[in-house]
Amino acid sequence: MNSFSSLNQTFVEHLDGLFGHKIDSYDEHRGQLTITIAPEHWLEVAHQLREEPSLSFEQLTDLAGVDYLGFGDDEWETAEATGSGFSRGVDALGPGRFSWAERPESEVIDNRFAVVVQLLSLKHNRRLRLRCFAPNDELPVIPSLIDVWNGVNWYEREVFDLYGIIFEGHPDLRRILTDYGFIGHPFRKDFPLIGNVTVRYDEQKGRVVYEPVEIEPRVLVPRVIRHDSRYVDEKLDGKHSKDGRAEA
Amino acid sequence: MSEIRNFTMNFGPQHPAAHGVLRLILELDGEVVVRADPHVGLLHRATEKLVESKPYNQSIGYMDRLDYVSMMCNEHAYVRAIEQLMGIEAPERAQYIRTMFDEITRILNHLMWLGSNALDLGAMSVFLYAFRERENLMDCYEAVSGARMHATYYRPGGVYRDLPDQMPKVAESRWRKGKDLERMNRWRDGSLLDFLDHFTADFYSKVDDYETLLTDNRIWKQRTVGIGAVSADRALQMGFTGPMLRGSGVAWDLRKKQPYAAYDKVDFDIPVGTNGDCYDRYLVRVEEMRQSAGIIRQCIDWLRANSGPVMIRNFKVSPPTREEMKDDMEALIHHFKLFTEGYCVPEGETYAAVEAPKGEFGCYMISDGANKPFRVHLRAPGFAHLSAMNEMAKGHMLADIAALIATQDIVFGEIDR
Repeated sequence: MNSFSSLNQTFVEHLDGLFGHKIDSYDEHRGQLTITIAPEHWLEVAHQLREEPSLSFEQLTDLAGVDYLGFGDDEWETAEATGSGFSRGVDALGPGRFSWAERPESEVIDNRFAVVVQLLSLKHNRRLRLRCFAPNDELPVIPSLIDVWNGVNWYEREVFDLYGIIFEGHPDLRRILTDYGFIGHPFRKDFPLIGNVTVRYDEQKGRVVYEPVEIEPRVLVPRVIRHDSRYVDEKLDGKHSKDGRAEA
Repeated sequence: MSEIRNFTMNFGPQHPAAHGVLRLILELDGEVVVRADPHVGLLHRATEKLVESKPYNQSIGYMDRLDYVSMMCNEHAYVRAIEQLMGIEAPERAQYIRTMFDEITRILNHLMWLGSNALDLGAMSVFLYAFRERENLMDCYEAVSGARMHATYYRPGGVYRDLPDQMPKVAESRWRKGKDLERMNRWRDGSLLDFLDHFTADFYSKVDDYETLLTDNRIWKQRTVGIGAVSADRALQMGFTGPMLRGSGVAWDLRKKQPYAAYDKVDFDIPVGTNGDCYDRYLVRVEEMRQSAGIIRQCIDWLRANSGPVMIRNFKVSPPTREEMKDDMEALIHHFKLFTEGYCVPEGETYAAVEAPKGEFGCYMISDGANKPFRVHLRAPGFAHLSAMNEMAKGHMLADIAALIATQDIVFGEIDR
C-alpha cells in the first residue's frame, strides 16, 4: 500500500480492516482519497459505506462517467522539430479535431470506461471518491446505486446518455440530456465535437429538419504535455509557498 | 358508467413559470398531480466536452454561462479545481475579493429567485424591487470585469485585476437626468468599496421591505406553507444541498464546514428551517441575503485596511504585466506561451466544491498533464433538486407546480450544461 497523509492514514487502515480485498486500490492525490472497487463488490461496499456508523456517507454528491481513451496523448511533435514554429502541432486526432467519418479507431484498451462517485459524510465531515471500471468495453455494465442513494437516478441516466454505460437495476434508464431520438453517446472520446447532425427549420416543408453536419472540425490550440518540474514538483505535494513556487 | 382515466398534460417548454426550458409531463387525477416527469436537456451545450478541447483558461467563460444568475460562484469552483491540481493558492487579498464577490453573487441570485418566485405566485411588485437592487450589484460586476453578467473575473492564482479606485458613474441621457440621475449616482463618488459600503448599509432595510410584502402575507403563506415538504432524511437521500437542504433542518454549509477562500475569517450564521416546505426555504434564503450583506461588510473592512497582490507572481501560470512584457524578453516569452499554448497542469484528479447560492457546485477534474483538461464534470445543485420533482409534486395540485419549480430555484444553464 502507498503512503498516505496523516489525515488519511488511519481512515485507509479502517477501510482496509472493514473491506479487505473488496477494495482494489487506494489512491491519494492532493489530500483527496480515491478507492477503486470492482463491479462485483460495488453495491455491497456502497451499501456498507452508507450504513456503517463509523463511515456514514449519507450523501452521494456526484456521479460522473469517464472515457479513458486517449489518456496521456499529445499532439506536439518534438522529435523532428523544425524551424517552422507552430507547424509542430501535428494533425493528430485529439479532442474536437475529427468528424464522425475520420474518428479514431478505438483500439482495445483495458478499463476504458469508469464511473466516479463523490461521497460526502455530513456526520464526519469527510469526502470520499469511489471509482469503478466497467469490465467490458463493448458493453460496459455497472450495477446501479439507486437503492443505496435514491438521488443517483438522474446522474446514472446522464452517464448512460453521454457514455453508454448501462446501470443494471436502474428502473428508468432513458436518455436525459440529448435530443429525442439521438444516436450515439456524445461524450465518448471517439465521438466528434461537432456532432453528426444539424437541426434547422425548413420553410418549404414547414417543419424542423435534421441534416448531416456541415461545419469543419476546428481546434486552434494543440494538446501539449510538458513535464515542467520548475513550478510544480509532485514530490512536494501540498507543500507549496503562498506565491505558488515550490519550496526548495 | 364510463371509464375515468388520468389526464396527461404537457407543461412547457415555453411557459412563463417554467424558468427557462423545462418540459414537464404531468399525469393528473382531476387537479391533483399523480406523476411529474421532467424532460430536461433542451439547453444542453456539452460544456464539459467543449472544455476538453480548450486550454484551461479559455473555459472560465463557459462557467459563467452554466448557472447564469450566479456566475462568479461557478468560476470559483472551476479555478479552485485547477489551483488544487497545480498546488497553488491565490494571495490573501484575492481570497477576500473572491469571498466578497461570491456573496454579491449570492445576493444577486437570491434577488432573482425572490422576484421570480413571487411573480410565479402572483406578486408582481417584489420582482420590480428586486431588480432595482440587482442593477446596483451588476454595476459592481461591470466595474471589476467590464461585463455585467459573464465576468470571467476569477483566474487560477487570483483574480484578473484589483478593485477599481473609482466607481463608474451613470452618464446623463434623455432617460436619466435630474433627480433620477442624482439618486443613481449618490453612492458613486468614491471607490467600489465605498459604493458597496453604502449599498450594504442600505440593503438590510430593503430586505425588510420585501419581508413586509411577503412574510406575513396571507396569500403568500397559503401558496407556500406546507407545499413541497421534504424531510431531512429524504433531502439527504435525494442529494439536496444549499437552501434546499437547510430548509429541511440540516445545518450544512460548505462555507462553515469546509471553508475555502476567506470564509474562515469572517463571521456569519447559517439560517436553518424546520418544516422543509416552500415557506421555510423562502425564510432561509431571505435570511441568507442579510448574512451575505454582513460578510460583504467584513470583507470591505479588510480590503480597505490591507493592500497587496491579487494574483500570484508565477509567470508559468499568470501572465506578466504589460510593462514587464514590453521591457523584458523573458516576460514576453511567458506572455506569448501563456496566451497561445496555456499552461500544463500536472497529472491527477480533484474535486473542488463551493457553496453556490443554489447549493453545492462542484467541479471534478482529471488532468493527464496536458494544457487541456482530460475530463471535467460539473456537479450542478439544480440537477439533483429537479430530479426530486416527481417526489415533491406527488399529491399536490397543479397550481403548486409553479411554487415547486420556483422554490427549487431552477436555472437551466446548470442543469443541462
